[in-house]
Amino acid sequence: MIRLEQVSKHFGTMVAVDRIDMEVPTGAVCVLLGPSGCGKTTTMKMINRLIPPTSGKIFLDGKDTTGVDEVSLRRSIGYVIQQIGLFPNMTVEDNICVVPDLLGWPRAKSRKRASQLLDMVNLDPSVFLKRYPKQLSGGQQQRVGVVRALAADPPVLLMDEPFGAIDPINREVIQDEFMKLQAELKKTIVFVSHDIDEAVKMATRIAIFRDGKLIQYDTPDNILAHPVDAFVSEFVGSDRTLKRLRLIKVTDAMMSDPPRVKAEDTLETAVRLMDEHGHVSVVMVGPRGRARGVVRHEVARDLKGLVGEHQEPLPGIVNIKDDLRSAVSQMFTHGVTWLACVDDDGFYKGYITQKSITQVLGTTYRDR
Amino acid sequence: MAATGLQTAFRLLLITGVFACGAWFQANGLLPAILKHRSDVIYLIRQHLALAAVSGAIAIVVGIPLGVILTRPRFEMFADAVTQVVNLGTTIPTLALLALSMSFLGIGAPPVIFALFVLTLLPIVLNTIAGLRSVPQPLIEAARGMGMTPAQILRRVELPNAVFVILAGIRTALAINIGTVPLAFLIGGGGLGELIFTGIDLMEPSMLLAGAIPTALLAVFVDFLVGQIQFWLVPRGVNPLR
Repeated sequence: MIRLEQVSKHFGTMVAVDRIDMEVPTGAVCVLLGPSGCGKTTTMKMINRLIPPTSGKIFLDGKDTTGVDEVSLRRSIGYVIQQIGLFPNMTVEDNICVVPDLLGWPRAKSRKRASQLLDMVNLDPSVFLKRYPKQLSGGQQQRVGVVRALAADPPVLLMDEPFGAIDPINREVIQDEFMKLQAELKKTIVFVSHDIDEAVKMATRIAIFRDGKLIQYDTPDNILAHPVDAFVSEFVGSDRTLKRLRLIKVTDAMMSDPPRVKAEDTLETAVRLMDEHGHVSVVMVGPRGRARGVVRHEVARDLKGLVGEHQEPLPGIVNIKDDLRSAVSQMFTHGVTWLACVDDDGFYKGYITQKSITQVLGTTYRDR
Repeated sequence: MAATGLQTAFRLLLITGVFACGAWFQANGLLPAILKHRSDVIYLIRQHLALAAVSGAIAIVVGIPLGVILTRPRFEMFADAVTQVVNLGTTIPTLALLALSMSFLGIGAPPVIFALFVLTLLPIVLNTIAGLRSVPQPLIEAARGMGMTPAQILRRVELPNAVFVILAGIRTALAINIGTVPLAFLIGGGGLGELIFTGIDLMEPSMLLAGAIPTALLAVFVDFLVGQIQFWLVPRGVNPLR
């Protein structure tokens, strides 16, 4: 856990950071967000005392960092910078082992750790351990930069726009990889960014800075739904509600335990089921419950026979683990107002409609 | 392929040329005349090398730490002033420098070593400063952020990344140094200059060449040697040569 108490930094007469109070819970990813010059990077660098605070206190796990030896403090905090900063004179292996070596780990232990870490970010150790940074692509370098910070297994990680210098496609991939890693490792992370989309994607908490002041510190959904002032709402963008789509999973917005029919059911059964629920169509499932097709009310009511003979292909399906953004995208792609929701094995779990999405998004406004 | 073909042709031409020169020297009796000075040449080469080695070593031992100190934050503001002073040493014509150091230190080896040291210092100091300054700032920030002490940053990050440029300075410095040693004869310092200047005075080309050829070869050899050191000593990740 990281706690900042009335932390300020003055450079001459300029106030870079003005009496910040905030707390980052253990295992959280806190994104410091704001325009350049807002004090977010300075705030982060005060945590490992690369910049000493002018006043105020910073606690790591309840321990005041003011008195602690700077060098050993920094060795216990992982640090990743935008320019990556891999040492070009060292191999990837030696780069990863910098902090373990400083801490005096036995060589065998640190080298084994390096190879494990490379494996975790999908770089083959037998290929990459002995390479030099200049022999790596930008994305590979940044992966090494991230695992280097993890080498000595520090509980806290500071990241200064770590994915800022990577092309957009690779950035998405590395962000996803990193989130997977974080889900496993549960480090406490302070992450500086100026990209609201990145923040919404990674953060459990977002802190918005302006002119050295902490304007709003809240969950991504609350920041997007309830910006405290005009600055924040302008900063997060006029499409902020669309950004919230990314924060909600399909599972949380879908109607579960839906009505369903099988191929051998009669059309009357299907029509009755639809009337009962007030639906205009019903999903047909296979023998074990996989979503197979759909029967529409207007087709079924005038005909006789079995469902299997009059079914049509499903207009669109979405995985229950996806976020609402991809669900809405699917809807627009296929020009429909509802989607069947399936799990990884294709079993029919529920359906999601534009109305249910609107309702989920609106809940937060009605609650207040 | 074309390049290697050209290289091979060039090499053959060079060997043929050297052989032709040798044959011509032999034919007009110059080679036996040069070889007559053999024992002198060997003695003087030793003296020559000793002068270059001592002055060069002092310049390296003084120059690199000076460059390192002048890039530390506490002394950075003196860097320009100090390089100006060192620069002055190089601006003074070599002959004047020798004359000046003779008037303080008398004749013989000490004034020669002093003059050569002054001459050699500048490229070493300048390149050490340039090399250390060219180390990208993010590397130093990353090193600091990971908990290296200033001494560890210097040894593990700054010097390995600057060593190529520093060695390039040493290479230039030693080439200048070894090419200037013949002037030592003028203030009684010995070296291969003895054969060159005496050869000129006596109008005896064989004696002149017995001094000039080894001087040239020594310069080439030392340059090659430092080049090899540069190749093998500089870490592979920051070595443009390999």
